[in-house]
Amino acid sequence: MADAPDMMQVNNVSKAFGEDWEREMVIENLSLKIRRNQLTAIVGPSGCGKSTVVNLLAGFEKPDSGQILLDGRPVTGPSKDTLVVFQETALMPWLTTYQNVTFGPKLRGDIPRDQLKEAADSIIETVGLKEFRDKYPLQLSGGMQRRAELARALINQPLVMVMDEPFRGLDAMTRQLMQEFYMRLCEQEARTNVFVTSELEEAIILADSLVVLSNRPATVREVVQIDLPRPRNLEMLSSSQAYEYKRHAMEMLHEEALKSFKGVGSSSDFLESYSRRP
Amino acid sequence: MGKASKRQETLGARAKALVSDLTFRRGVLSILIFLTLWEIGFRFNEWFGVMVPFVGKVDAPSIVATRWSDVVLLPGYWESWYLSMGRVFLGFLIAQVIGIPFGLAMAVNKYFRGMFFPPFEILRPIPPLAWVPASIIFWPTTELSIMFVTFLGAFYTIVINVLGGARAVDIQYLRAAQSMGATQWDLFRKIILPGTLPSIFIGAAVGMGITWEVVLAAEMISGGGQQSGGGLGFFIWSSYMGGVMDQVIVGMISIGLAGYISSSLIRYIGYRSMPWRRMF
Repeated sequence: MADAPDMMQVNNVSKAFGEDWEREMVIENLSLKIRRNQLTAIVGPSGCGKSTVVNLLAGFEKPDSGQILLDGRPVTGPSKDTLVVFQETALMPWLTTYQNVTFGPKLRGDIPRDQLKEAADSIIETVGLKEFRDKYPLQLSGGMQRRAELARALINQPLVMVMDEPFRGLDAMTRQLMQEFYMRLCEQEARTNVFVTSELEEAIILADSLVVLSNRPATVREVVQIDLPRPRNLEMLSSSQAYEYKRHAMEMLHEEALKSFKGVGSSSDFLESYSRRP
Repeated sequence: MGKASKRQETLGARAKALVSDLTFRRGVLSILIFLTLWEIGFRFNEWFGVMVPFVGKVDAPSIVATRWSDVVLLPGYWESWYLSMGRVFLGFLIAQVIGIPFGLAMAVNKYFRGMFFPPFEILRPIPPLAWVPASIIFWPTTELSIMFVTFLGAFYTIVINVLGGARAVDIQYLRAAQSMGATQWDLFRKIILPGTLPSIFIGAAVGMGITWEVVLAAEMISGGGQQSGGGLGFFIWSSYMGGVMDQVIVGMISIGLAGYISSSLIRYIGYRSMPWRRMF
């Protein structure tokens, strides 16, 4: 089973929220494969249920029907094997960078003490936070916080790293730097990544395969293989190949996004869709 | 490089010292201005024959200071300090010891919350002072009755703050910890507890203030009996009964100082135990 080509398999998963007549399908018959040692980017129109996909992959929520397999075994709950890096920083504000990074291994006690210090320090150096090892999260800039969070995820050696719009809210400059940094990181450490984002360009430049989700209820609209050469850089975005990917995906996203405007007539519909904004 | 950063550190330390020094001076200055205005307000009548409302009727700081210098020689005055402080701190401490676990238990367990929250909410609006008569009947000594009332004053505030704080801990932290393999107990110990700490200290600071308000009123009502000594509350009450107005003010300022000392102490402990909150 360990040699199965796909690290994760999502088979016909559906998920609804709410009770009785308020019940609404968020995800319907979603099937997708997460390839081993590849970066799978997931994009979809705003509010289509991307975060729910993340919660399902990570085991925070259980599907109503269908099945999610990790390395051939069903996902039963949150575990370190599907580690999530969240949208907003989830570093514990009461721990320093070092304490945050060592949080997981210390909990589980699976890395011996003397090795842990070495491992943590080397990972902190990899993400360029050596000088900020003993600072608290609020003393770090937005970009540094994201890097600290990456370090905290990496040290746990997860089978799949799930990134839920990790660079959202960063300024354009920092965002580019983080994208480049993350690109290098993925190319150096062959690792299975799921990268959920609402930025199409970011998805294209990072991904090996691009999953485009439909409007709510979310299902897979198309999977696009991104064959840009590796190692990559941000300049490749202006290549005609990247442009073609972008145009194609944009068309689909536009179509899907338009669907959410259909039938919005009464003020109650408007309020409803307004209150559901992420 | 080490030298440069060291120089920066001492510079930073000096800058900090200067700022705090300025703050300190500003504080002293504001108190001096306040006292001067008070003194002038009182003296206005004898200098210009005009009675200033309110301030004109309150004994001037100089009179109060003279009285104070007499009062500090009385052992009873210091005994009052000692007694009130003791009651406040014991009641407060017991409220913390019972209130924090109680609030945390209500926050993390919905069955516990379902059981205890409704009666708690019914008892909470009852002013601690309304408990004084019942408390005198409940407890064998007046001392215990007063302490029970001070305990109640702090207890509700502490519980409400702990409960609210623990419930407000961001779910992202819990999820992050969970996905790194945290057990229920880990979540409680390593996320809920440190996440609630700021609220615990807010509850402590507010609760401490209420405890002082309550202990003084409780002493005025039941203090001075045969079983228990006066305390600062009774000091004010008996000064008023004896018609010694300047001594009433001595008592009032003493309470102000006592409250300031206690809340400073809590702030200091909070500052020491939450290093991540003192960066700016």
